[in-house]
Amino acid sequence: MTQMPDAPFDTRAHYLALTARRRLYGGILMAVFVLLMVSGFLLADGRNAGGFWDGLPHILDFPADVVRDTIPRLNLLPGYLVKYFPALVETVNIAAVSTLLGTLGAMVLSLLATRGLARWPRLIPVFRRLMDLLRAVPEIVVALVLIFVLGGGPVPAMIAIALHTAGALGKLFSEVNENADLKPVEGLHSVGATWLQRMWLGVVPQVSPNYLSYALMRFEINIRASAILGFVGAGGIGYELRNTMSWGQGKFDEAAAIFILLFLTIVVFDQLSGHVRHMMITSRSKGH
Amino acid sequence: MADAALYASADRLFTRKKLLSFGLPALVLAYLVYVFFAFDLPGLAERARMDNAQTLLSDTWSYKTHVTRDNRSGGIDIAIEGERKGAYAEGTSPDWVTPEGEATRVDLGEGQHILLLPENGFVWDVPGYGLIEGRLDGRSLVTNLPETGLPEWISASSSRVQITRPEARVALTRAKTEVFRYFPGWELFFFTLDSPYHGHGLTEILFGDQIDPARGNLAGAWHDFWQNGMWRHADVAWALFETLLMAFLGTMGAAIVALPLAFLSARNFAPLGALRFATRRVFDFLRGVDGLIWTIVLSRAFGPGPLTGALAMLITDTGSFGKLFSEALENVDGRQIEGVASTGAKPLQRYRFGVIPQVMPVLISQVLYFLESNTRSATIIGAITGGGIGLLLTQAMITQKDWEEVTYYILLVVLMVMAMDSLSGWLRRKLIRGS
Repeated sequence: MTQMPDAPFDTRAHYLALTARRRLYGGILMAVFVLLMVSGFLLADGRNAGGFWDGLPHILDFPADVVRDTIPRLNLLPGYLVKYFPALVETVNIAAVSTLLGTLGAMVLSLLATRGLARWPRLIPVFRRLMDLLRAVPEIVVALVLIFVLGGGPVPAMIAIALHTAGALGKLFSEVNENADLKPVEGLHSVGATWLQRMWLGVVPQVSPNYLSYALMRFEINIRASAILGFVGAGGIGYELRNTMSWGQGKFDEAAAIFILLFLTIVVFDQLSGHVRHMMITSRSKGH
Repeated sequence: MADAALYASADRLFTRKKLLSFGLPALVLAYLVYVFFAFDLPGLAERARMDNAQTLLSDTWSYKTHVTRDNRSGGIDIAIEGERKGAYAEGTSPDWVTPEGEATRVDLGEGQHILLLPENGFVWDVPGYGLIEGRLDGRSLVTNLPETGLPEWISASSSRVQITRPEARVALTRAKTEVFRYFPGWELFFFTLDSPYHGHGLTEILFGDQIDPARGNLAGAWHDFWQNGMWRHADVAWALFETLLMAFLGTMGAAIVALPLAFLSARNFAPLGALRFATRRVFDFLRGVDGLIWTIVLSRAFGPGPLTGALAMLITDTGSFGKLFSEALENVDGRQIEGVASTGAKPLQRYRFGVIPQVMPVLISQVLYFLESNTRSATIIGAITGGGIGLLLTQAMITQKDWEEVTYYILLVVLMVMAMDSLSGWLRRKLIRGS
């Protein structure tokens, strides 16, 4: 067999062929995606009690009802806002406590699950799976089971959200921990500090700004979660909302008050935590 | 002099640090004490229903079979969990229930048994306590139990006698005598009693003789398993799919709607300042009105079902995606767009080849994160609007007795979310590194 001389490599043709192939793949992917979206929509539409196109004109019916009930009795609204304020405080409390407890749990779990920092390096996979598990269980599942055992009220929601928070933040925290500088830890180790002291004095000061930022973000999410859990019976503003909703037409003015409270709370805490996070970032980039 | 100032500043720093390291925990502690009373934790112990917890725990890993002797007809009914779907057909019985003369013998294992007597009575020799007899005498129930000093697992009155032991429970009323016997495991998970495949192992079905003459083993067994009336595997699988569908439609729909809107609200692309401001406020509004409220509003228009859940997620996430995408768009490198523009590209082409490739990795990773977390949200929204596995879960919980089904659903939800988590992580790595 004689060696053929290499044909001159046609860069242009090769590039065009590559592009064409890439376009083809992209096109196929796009077509599959569109197909999935359309068929999924049709399927969901078919399984729904009311169809999409029938319901579309009625989408504003409920807000219109609420407004119609509220406008003639606008003078009652401040009274309702005051009436439901304690329930709102309960919802925010549930979110705050569960964020607090969840953050503490996440700190411990994440330190135990980070290579180089873990107290028991062999158990790292165990703690990782534990965090995955906590993250995967939807809050509503834990809350409903606990409502059955503990009765309605804020405690089941608090426990449920705290567990989920510990898992969700634990994952984020352990990513932060992995970037922590190990030198302070080694220094503390050399002077005989215990594991707890090494973590508290060597790692936590480095990572606490990131922790705080993530915890604030989680707090926002948890306010929404605690409102939703209230709706299935765990107290707070969600519970009141369901009660006012079930009174039916003509009484939606109280529901309107709750909508306003919930909306304002979410927006206020959203802005607040965004502001604090922004401040932390700028103060650090200035060279703290 | 300079030293003094330095000392003073160091002192101030120390005071601040001291305040922070003692003040912050004190504040947290004070808050927790306040919550302790605000949530009425001392009263919780009273409200907690430990018996509920016990039912729940034992039900998750065991089931009971009811053996009932009806006093009017005198017949014996045997049903798993007391459900019609789990009833033994007339004339059949498990091997631990045997007729013994006029009476019926219910074997409890380990040498124990309960005799159901023909005249609506029972005899049970409880180890460590003695022989207990109870029967209907005229209109009232009589037993050989003493009037006082009964252990707490026995309750006896003239209308109802009940003995609750870990291995079994017997209850005698005027109308019937009922024995519950407990077994570990989930009852009839694969086949119900009316299926010919009940009681056959996997190897027997795969390689053994044909069990049902009308059907092939594999097809018949699959059909009976899939259509299992008690566990409803087909419905559960469909519900899981519906939940995933909701998450998929909601997330992808939101991404499609949010992308063009994000261009309007990004500082470097917005054609008009006022339009940018308006779009931003729309995003804030969509996010601020929580998913819960959107779900309620939409379920009034579209009725319960997966579409409502998907649309509620779509609307909420449009707000979140809009914000995230516009931030990503504000961070794009202008030079690449200029480069594309210098070749004479029209605006749409500039976006397609100058902007989209830059923001795609951020977009994809955000969308995949949301897809994963929306799988969980879809379970919750499903519980509110009535669709998917969330609905099945709440339905099973409302009955307050099918805890084994609740456990099964929870297990499936957790597995589904974990699978979505790894799938989205895998896709993220694949797509971002690949493109």
